[in-house]
Amino acid sequence: MVTKCQVSLDPAVCEMYEKARRLGVETAWDRYQAMLPQCGFGETGLCCRHCLQGPCRIDPFGNGPKKGICGVDADVMVARGLDRAIAAGSSGHSGHARHLAHTLKKAIAGVAPDYRIKDRNKLHAVAKRMGIPTENRTDEEIALDVANAALADFGERETPSLWASKVLPEVRQKRLAEQHLLPHGIDYEIADIMHRTHYGADADPINLLTAGLRCAMGDLAGCYMGTDLSDILFGTPQPVATEANLGVLKADAVNVAVHGHNPVLSEVIVAMAREMEPEARAAGATGINVVGICCTGNEVMMRHGIPAATHSVSQEMALITGAVDVVVIDYQCIMPSIVNVAECMGTTVVTTQEITKIPGATHVPFKEETASEDARKILRIAIQNFARRQGRPVDIPTHKSRVVAGFSVEAIVQALSKLNPEDPLQPLIDQIVAGNIRGVCLFAGCNNIKVPQDQNFIAIARRLLKENVLVVATGCGAGALMRHGFMDPAKVDELCGEGLKSVLYAIGEANGLGGPLPPTLHVGSCVDNSRAVALAAAVAEKLGVDIDQLPVVASAAEAMAEKAVAIGSWAVTIGLPVHVGVTMPVTGGPVVTKVLTEKVREITGGYFIVETDPEAAAKKLLAAIDERRATLGLPVPGGVRA
Amino acid sequence: MRRKEIFVLAERCMGCHSCELACATAHTTDRNLHAAVLRGERPFAYLWVDKFGAQRVPTVCKHCLRAPCVEVCPTGAMHKAPDTTTICDHSQCIGCWMCTFACPFGACDRGDGQVLKCDRQCLDEEGVPACVRACPTGALLWMTVEEFAAERRKPRRRVAAAAAG
Ligand code: SF4
Ligand code: SF4
Ligand code: SF4
Ligand code: SF4
Repeated sequence: MVTKCQVSLDPAVCEMYEKARRLGVETAWDRYQAMLPQCGFGETGLCCRHCLQGPCRIDPFGNGPKKGICGVDADVMVARGLDRAIAAGSSGHSGHARHLAHTLKKAIAGVAPDYRIKDRNKLHAVAKRMGIPTENRTDEEIALDVANAALADFGERETPSLWASKVLPEVRQKRLAEQHLLPHGIDYEIADIMHRTHYGADADPINLLTAGLRCAMGDLAGCYMGTDLSDILFGTPQPVATEANLGVLKADAVNVAVHGHNPVLSEVIVAMAREMEPEARAAGATGINVVGICCTGNEVMMRHGIPAATHSVSQEMALITGAVDVVVIDYQCIMPSIVNVAECMGTTVVTTQEITKIPGATHVPFKEETASEDARKILRIAIQNFARRQGRPVDIPTHKSRVVAGFSVEAIVQALSKLNPEDPLQPLIDQIVAGNIRGVCLFAGCNNIKVPQDQNFIAIARRLLKENVLVVATGCGAGALMRHGFMDPAKVDELCGEGLKSVLYAIGEANGLGGPLPPTLHVGSCVDNSRAVALAAAVAEKLGVDIDQLPVVASAAEAMAEKAVAIGSWAVTIGLPVHVGVTMPVTGGPVVTKVLTEKVREITGGYFIVETDPEAAAKKLLAAIDERRATLGLPVPGGVRA
Repeated sequence: MRRKEIFVLAERCMGCHSCELACATAHTTDRNLHAAVLRGERPFAYLWVDKFGAQRVPTVCKHCLRAPCVEVCPTGAMHKAPDTTTICDHSQCIGCWMCTFACPFGACDRGDGQVLKCDRQCLDEEGVPACVRACPTGALLWMTVEEFAAERRKPRRRVAAAAAG
């Protein structure tokens, strides 16, 4: 019987949610209930705490205070709040990228023996894109230049950050440069935001938004750099078959969940787990079963087919099974409450990074120099926990879905090259022109407790697939889709419209898969939203158009993190219509709201679509796709709407 | 069951003004904060949070049984509804502020030229007023007189606990 519940569409999550209630273990959903009602000033962005005179709250209905004590109005207040969210998100993605750059440098210097240049093709491609000479040079020399160029993208620069500019079509670079939207250093723009949103600095909402979008472009640099460096160090993903959902846990194996974001940690855990199989078997286990939670799970799924346990808002549920021996984390999106759940369920939470410590967790400092040794230490804790757990009953839901993941742009191009070896992108463009692919939608971002888990993703994806929209997905958006079977090729017939179906079959069969590609393509973790940019940029360049002309849209249907705010903002800046499925704390500022949802379009071609109803959101996304098709002179299903 | 009233435990008030915002929102066309703001609606709140020294005090109409405001109103605008709540019929209100003068609590204030006071037209599907629903600390309680009095007879800590729980 499939368990249903209010909090999630995922039956496995519902089963564990009910178990948690039975055991009286507190979950995020309990804390959400306790938090209700949430404050309307915060919801509309009209609460400011930027100085010690505050908090100041502005009455959104205009009868109470209209200005903060310092005199900022509603629009300034919400713009400053948005800017700070973008800056925080950008610091997360770029911090992740910087960690990789340092790892690459250590690998080259020979002080981190567990890391090496794994994908030299990618290294050369990145170097070429960034104008780094490759002729007659060793890979190490090139990689050192790439790593140094990456680090030079952070501080204040004379010229725009490479990873925010060179990755875009030239017309887009030019347009953004004219609008002062190219970042001159990732950290520089983040610090600039903190400066201008300080008491008594920038009080022009438009100026604030411009700076916010420029900072968000620094976030794109961080994301893109993260993908590039991960591919160089760990390999560029290729299609791989695996599974997702709590059913991937194994009662008789040592279960290790990698949770967080950076493959610098999870890659080594995966490698060492293989090495330590004998030790696990000696302890009575069938082996070591590494599973993923959140984006680091996506990283190792994309590169190694490591199965995903669960994602985002349901992370506590993995532990409720009682079957997870260790959760090893790096940073970002880790609910500190997992430590309490872990305590109830006999799991050990292992923190590894200086920037993310949680009282109650076991801290094992993870250094690139001693990576395999550190990983072994962590895995040994898991094996010991397994020995203690043995014989105790666990509750592992049976639910799991088949997943085919690993669709890097390189992998997509390679698959397309089977249709047209000379010009791999041409078949894709032909199908878009013919209307078999009506457009492309990128699903990104998190789950948000305010939405029953996965509800928006699933409802919108279902509709778009039927309308022949090619869906690519990243992060916990990909997580939602995969746990509901949307990455299982066997579901193509059920989920996809005729046109899309024919394309997915054609590519699959040309590649000898004996069937179609999966209904939605997993392009990676949150930083890998850059892969969608790479694909869009390549198609735009080939067509000789700008990104804002392509029938490409994005949806953060259940956005939660500040990182999602940053991603959404750069997606708008590079020219995409971006749907957000929860209200953003800017509605209290009428000018800011209008700029973000309409006026910004005159500047970047992109804009936000805020729509909490998934059916209405799907319609709006389709309308945005059709509008762009019409402008390109492409046929629109049902004819052009006036 | 007897009608419930809004009771105030001022010592629990944080001064967050959520009750005011919720009251105003409950008096918009679709009771949706974001939608009403985006449409540019300008509803008033019908209760007030003031600060006296360190004490924050929410004030809302008590719907007095023998209401001074009703007694003084020269036009009969301020009247008792069948359920004994005190309601102003704005079509008859002449803006003389006699009710404001008579109310011992300051629960009649000025809106757009006419009196502004709690009308209890804010109840949710469970019959709870918007301000009570919005209060995060339980400073506003929705109880019958008997319930509140029974709580009040207990040691004060327990009243606070009842409010929170
Ligand atoms: S910065 Fe201005 S609006 Fe913000 S808390 Fe200080 S005085 Fe109030
Ligand atoms: S307005 Fe004042 S006097 Fe009239 S019913 Fe309310 S509390 Fe009593
Ligand atoms: S202000 Fe209006 S309601 Fe109040 S006493 Fe005068 S007429 Fe009556
Ligand atoms: S909502 Fe409650 S705590 Fe906030 S101001 Fe009103 S009475 Fe006070």
